[in-house]
Amino acid sequence: MAETTDLSKGLPSHPEKATLEGKNKFLGFWVFLAGETTMFATFFGTYLGLRNGTGSGPEAADIFSLPLVFIMTMILLTSSLTSVFAMFAMKKNQFKKMKIWMWVTVALGTAFLGFEIYEFVEYVHYGLGFTTSAFASSFYALVGLHGAHVLFGLCWISLLLIRYNKSGITLTNAPKFYVASLYWHFIDVVWIFIFTVVYLMGIGG
Amino acid sequence: MVREATNTLQKSVLWDWLTTVDHKKLAVLYLISGTLFFLKAGLMAVFMRIQLMFPMNDFLSGQTFNEFITMHGTIMLFLAATPLLFAFMNYIVPLQIGARDVAFPFVNALGFWLFFFGGILVSLSWFFGGAPDAGWTSYVPLASRDYGGLGIDFYVLGLQVSGIGTLVSGINFIVTIINMRAPGMTMMRMPLFCWTTLVTSILIVFAFTPLAAGLALLMLDRMFDGMFFIPGEGGNVVIWQHIFWIFGHPEVYILVLPAFGMISEIIPTFSKKRLFGYTAMVFATLIIGFLGFMVWMHHMFTVGIGPIANSVFAIATMIIGIPTGIKIFNWLFTMWGGKLTFNTAMLCASSFVPTFVLGGVTGVMLAMAPVDHLYHDTYFVVAHFHYIILGGIVLGLIGATFYWYPKMFGHKLNETLGKIMFWMFYVGFHLTFFVQHILGLIGMPRRVYTYLEDQGMDTMNMISTIGAFVMSAAIILLVVNIVYSAMKSPREGGDPWDGRTLEWATPTPVPEYNFAQTPQVRSLDPLFYEKIHGDGTMKPAEPIGDIHMPNGSIYPFTISLGLFFAGFGFIMLNMENAIISPWIVIAVGGIITFGSMALHSVKEDHGYHISKETVEQMEKEVGTNG
Repeated sequence: MAETTDLSKGLPSHPEKATLEGKNKFLGFWVFLAGETTMFATFFGTYLGLRNGTGSGPEAADIFSLPLVFIMTMILLTSSLTSVFAMFAMKKNQFKKMKIWMWVTVALGTAFLGFEIYEFVEYVHYGLGFTTSAFASSFYALVGLHGAHVLFGLCWISLLLIRYNKSGITLTNAPKFYVASLYWHFIDVVWIFIFTVVYLMGIGG
Repeated sequence: MVREATNTLQKSVLWDWLTTVDHKKLAVLYLISGTLFFLKAGLMAVFMRIQLMFPMNDFLSGQTFNEFITMHGTIMLFLAATPLLFAFMNYIVPLQIGARDVAFPFVNALGFWLFFFGGILVSLSWFFGGAPDAGWTSYVPLASRDYGGLGIDFYVLGLQVSGIGTLVSGINFIVTIINMRAPGMTMMRMPLFCWTTLVTSILIVFAFTPLAAGLALLMLDRMFDGMFFIPGEGGNVVIWQHIFWIFGHPEVYILVLPAFGMISEIIPTFSKKRLFGYTAMVFATLIIGFLGFMVWMHHMFTVGIGPIANSVFAIATMIIGIPTGIKIFNWLFTMWGGKLTFNTAMLCASSFVPTFVLGGVTGVMLAMAPVDHLYHDTYFVVAHFHYIILGGIVLGLIGATFYWYPKMFGHKLNETLGKIMFWMFYVGFHLTFFVQHILGLIGMPRRVYTYLEDQGMDTMNMISTIGAFVMSAAIILLVVNIVYSAMKSPREGGDPWDGRTLEWATPTPVPEYNFAQTPQVRSLDPLFYEKIHGDGTMKPAEPIGDIHMPNGSIYPFTISLGLFFAGFGFIMLNMENAIISPWIVIAVGGIITFGSMALHSVKEDHGYHISKETVEQMEKEVGTNG
């Protein structure tokens, strides 16, 4: 419990797991991510089953542009790294540093989302609408779901940063920042699979 | 039901129940709403049996019959069995592990309200042009936008909302059981009901998420012209079947494992013996949970997946018989040589064993892929899964109701009425479903609303319907019993059955903090251990002090209400003459939901404390009338 932990010697070394609430959040969020993984796996399975069902519309190799996707991948990977820096800062009780790294994460995430929207608009111009073919539907469903997760993550982290702008790191908000960064890593891992399964296999295989 | 401290007593009754995060009160909410959905879906079953009473009957039209089979299956599985099991899991599991509450009281309440509003959304379909009619499996293309009516949209969105509720409840139970156990309550000292709850919750996490994905695909197909299941544009209808059964088969175990757990609590109590083969029971549960994910394709033997896949899944299916058989023998050996008391709970628990074996035997028959081509989509399948569901889950639930009723409501259910109810139910059940095996074998297809006369089906259908009437009478008698016992039964103390597990160490009614002092657990069946080796009461693991409790919150209700509006808005996209723009409804719902989530996240709520003096006062009151 937040009130009963001895804080006279500063924060404990793992502030995110120092309280029972924090431990519960930590474990519960991992379980939640296990469920999310299964949900994404289902969308991946659907995409793999339908990626050749292009009907009369364009095929993957016709439209995917690797340079753009490469830039997006680099941006998202870097944002994961900056969230790691933020967590290091949190464990050292350097609140300002943590805030800065988290805001950098948000900025990179926003850039990624912007590129994704640009990408989708481009594809629609090439004649790949959501309703064009089963391939198109499953592509937009999978990548769009990932994009929705990015958007949710951005709103979530920004809200936390604004809410706790002046509070410093406490045993109450440390677990919140920690699970938000876990969520952000999860989004990143999913993107690596999307990059491989959707884009690399779409162009190469 | 719950003994309250000062803070809760000041709230109005309605506001208290809308905002409660107490696992015991949520259990009662689950119990009431689950029972109402159960009665509704049961009534549909009776109507279907009346329609099938005579050949070429015209009591129901084919369309209404289709809507009834769909709603009967959907409601029974998602909105009756699941919440009824959740009711007992919610009430009993924290008590059995010696916890003050679940790990996430807020999420627990959220789970209930999501289930509740999802159920309401599915049920609203009757008022907007008819219920879903594509079967509870909702196979495409029957459920695609070209063939399925508006009812399917209610099915998709309603189950989506209630499915999220089930998922978050599952996460909550996992964390509760892993993190919140009392000192000394190691994993291998947990009552089996906690173990089955844990495994069921893990199955929920891995099974309800594919369902959510599948329902999202169907929604995109139906409302936004997706092409997932439209073969002409490269889509594939079999993908739906795979996704549905990757969820659907584990769902069977999600429902039956808690029932196994209930049986494993009732039988030792009324045999006055430790559960035989506890360790084997635990591992059998884990193996069943694991194998439950490896067999989904046995629902699709006739689709044409190919002989290799069919063989693999047939063998995997038969292997599940082994851990289940271990459980059956362990229950029998628990009773063997015990001091048996056959009250209603024990009658249900012990008759569960042979009934479930019958369902298991037909299950192995169905697992044989080549012969399955003969059974597929006949009444043989209907008979099989009703032996599992009614003979397994419902008998377990009725047994658990009689067993835990005194803990939940402070008095026992009447035993005479209970025993009459049991025998009527048992006879009625076998009368209804045993003949359906034979009906299936002679070729009566399921899901068809009538049949021709003189095909050898007339008498058996009549018998089956009579059985359904007897079963319904038994359920009515159970309701009568509940009312009768509420007025006539004497109040009971905390431990009316001479119980073995920790929930019986609490006073009745249970104080809102459950345990004034967290108990020290020294053995499996901790209370029974103290009765033999100690003075019959649990030793405390901590000094008496202030108790920290979570505050109630209205946000679970508003988050769920918002999703209800948003879901209805999405359905309105397919309505021909919606009064207002669907997007307004969706936006309002989204704002309510995400706004509530943001408010909950921004507001730090540290709960409140019940002072040491209040706790001592409450414990003293409990001592005088407990």
